[in-house]
Amino acid sequence: MPLNRKYIPIVVTILLFIVMFTAGSFRYTGFFSLQVLMNLLVDNAFLLITAVGMSFVILSGGIDLSVGSVIALSTMVSASLVQQQGWPPAVVIPLVLLMGAVFGTAMGAIIHYFSIQPFIVTLAGMFLARGLCYVISIDTITIDNTFYTAMAQTRIPLPGGSFLSISAVIAILVVAVAIFTAHYTRFGRNVYALGGSEQSALLMGLPVARTKVLVYTLSGLCSALAGVVFTFYMLSGYGLHAVGFELDTIAAVVIGGTLLTGGVGYVLGTFFGVLIQGVIQTIISFEGTLSSWWTKIVIGLLLFIFILLQRVLSSRRLTLKE
Amino acid sequence: MSTQQPILQMTRIHKRFPGVKALTDVSLRLFPGEVHALMGENGAGKSTLIKVLTGVYSIDEGLVEMEGTAISMRSPQESQAAGISTVYQEVNLCPNLTVAENIFIGREPRRFGCIQWKQMNLRAAELLRERMNLHIDVTLPLQSYSVAVQQLVAIARALNISAKVLILDEPTSSLDQNEVDQLFRIMRKLQQEGLSILFVTHFLDQMYEISDRVTILRGGELVGEYMANELSRLDLVLKMIGKELHLLDELPTLAAQDKNSLGDELLRAEGLGRRGGIEPFDLAIRKGEVVGLAGLLGSGRTEAARLLFGADKPDFGQVILPSTGGGVHSPREAIGRRIAFCSENRKTEGIIGDLTVRENIILALQAKDGMFKTIPRKRQEELAGEYIRMLNINPPSPDQLIKNLSGGNQQKVLLARWLLTEPELFILDEPTRGIDIGAKAEIQKLVLTLSRQGMSFLFISSELEEVLRVSDRIAILRDRRKVKEISEKDMSQQQIMQAIAGG
Repeated sequence: MPLNRKYIPIVVTILLFIVMFTAGSFRYTGFFSLQVLMNLLVDNAFLLITAVGMSFVILSGGIDLSVGSVIALSTMVSASLVQQQGWPPAVVIPLVLLMGAVFGTAMGAIIHYFSIQPFIVTLAGMFLARGLCYVISIDTITIDNTFYTAMAQTRIPLPGGSFLSISAVIAILVVAVAIFTAHYTRFGRNVYALGGSEQSALLMGLPVARTKVLVYTLSGLCSALAGVVFTFYMLSGYGLHAVGFELDTIAAVVIGGTLLTGGVGYVLGTFFGVLIQGVIQTIISFEGTLSSWWTKIVIGLLLFIFILLQRVLSSRRLTLKE
Repeated sequence: MSTQQPILQMTRIHKRFPGVKALTDVSLRLFPGEVHALMGENGAGKSTLIKVLTGVYSIDEGLVEMEGTAISMRSPQESQAAGISTVYQEVNLCPNLTVAENIFIGREPRRFGCIQWKQMNLRAAELLRERMNLHIDVTLPLQSYSVAVQQLVAIARALNISAKVLILDEPTSSLDQNEVDQLFRIMRKLQQEGLSILFVTHFLDQMYEISDRVTILRGGELVGEYMANELSRLDLVLKMIGKELHLLDELPTLAAQDKNSLGDELLRAEGLGRRGGIEPFDLAIRKGEVVGLAGLLGSGRTEAARLLFGADKPDFGQVILPSTGGGVHSPREAIGRRIAFCSENRKTEGIIGDLTVRENIILALQAKDGMFKTIPRKRQEELAGEYIRMLNINPPSPDQLIKNLSGGNQQKVLLARWLLTEPELFILDEPTRGIDIGAKAEIQKLVLTLSRQGMSFLFISSELEEVLRVSDRIAILRDRRKVKEISEKDMSQQQIMQAIAGG
């Protein structure tokens, strides 16, 4: 029973996803198919990638509000360089990823070395990145580069006639690498330790500074990658892309069972957190008559439930004696 | 032993903080295979010395040598690399990680950069079994275990870093007697294996029980280094406090003085209880009475106090104040009815580190008056000055930030804060924990003096002697249940011990 305890939030998340998917399957014809399931990944690839980065940040006890803006900036830089300057994607994409990582590193360094709350530093980062988009252009830049259109249109066939997009495959790879990183590398475990108690981590001789900064580097990198994937998806760069997206990301992580106070949670939980958001949207689109704002309402309610669940679980911390 | 080379030698260490000389010319020698006690009052410089040794603070002057070679310690990593491991008073591990991880994190067994969980869990279980005699599931989060177990895990971690010197900073302050015995058994075992242990403690008995030698500090200076078995208790205390010995002698007689003039019943708990906290109990406190609450750690002492103060909602029963007929349902209401509660967690629930002594003292009074009736600055200064004098707060400067004060003095500031509100009932939860003998005696004396002036106290302490000294009546808790209530004529350590042990 105590062993189950730390898995309760993630089990609840997975069950919730199964229940919602099952409910959808019974209610709507055509819902129960592999393609609907795959579409959850196809349509939410960029959310998944961003949420993975955010999971590490939240696990370390921080927060990153800049992710949405970094995505927008990435689409903007990609579009501008590829479309207007004619740079090859093979140069642009690594450059954009590097930009995201550097941006994250800078924020992480400010957070750590000046001991400023992550909330305010990444808020500043959010405004900065969003503002930079408009320096490039105030209008949408549409991309018709063949590489980008190919990436957008390529379907990877799966057995049973369904398919995945390249973006979805990238997202799945990111999740797999992240799960490995979180559980089987020192960096991953240090992130958990940092989220458990920064003071203790320091006194245990762990590399707190490096870990903390790297967490934001990782989040910046993930956001930039999500921006690249988002560019494949939208085939445009625009300063108003992914507005308020940081909040969707945080919601996905929390619904995935990660504690906002840090130290407790799983990347796999985040994966299902994203799928739950996706399944809500799918149900609403199948319903047809409902406004898409119902997605927000349901997510809002779910968030409340999950925060309460976490509260209940952490306040009833059981004490075992040997 | 004296012919041996010391494994660790600190020579003429100086450390200054802005406005404070924390360490002046302090030296320390540690020989292989000895348990060396480090003793001193609060503010004597023990914590600073430990932090210097562990690399948290850097020294201004002086030399630290490990096995004859000078070492520099600018960070906890460097200190660990030199073979010095520390287990702190508040267990500094990560509660959310598993026991095994807490032992190995930073040095996890890896293959191709991939952490070998199976191997780590096996090794952790083996380490705890072989060296700590502890049989627990190492895959559970650390927070599922008691503080005592966490403490042992912390030691296991320290040992695993192949330490030559182990520093135990007040390891026994939150352990019960059995747990202390277990810890001591392990310390002796480690000592035989050749490990040098620096043992920081406030408990005289424990020092004599386990230590070979003792270094005493006072006011940031070295008093001396002695063989434990050649130093009498009286000498030890004299060297530690340097003065005011009469305070200790005087105390046992104080409680015995006439306290027949107890007034009416002030507060009564009827069948008060909370699930998972404490089973329903009755308790009455009269005006001018000091009621002691004795029991082991985890016996429900704090839980009982929090219920009485309205800090937790009871599942059963109620608190009644016979004089007004009302009850207590929230801390706010309790304060309104002139009940004060000084929590055991001084750091997290009491002091506000970045405010000055004066501001900390004024806090509760200001809260009582409401935010719109600011207490004039001049009046604030008068009050602060008065209490600083009365409680002998050191340094006697009202504008010092409270975080710069020693534990004992912080506690006094907290007492002053509540005393200012002129409470009728003052609940003191472990008011003397982690503070030195001199301050302890002063606080005990204060309780007795005020109770004779008509203030009632609920006095919670894990030190039996202390409870006996100040209390008129003692309620004894065991396993989250009130088991006995004894008053004056039956009050003896033996009686209480029996009740606590369940004999």
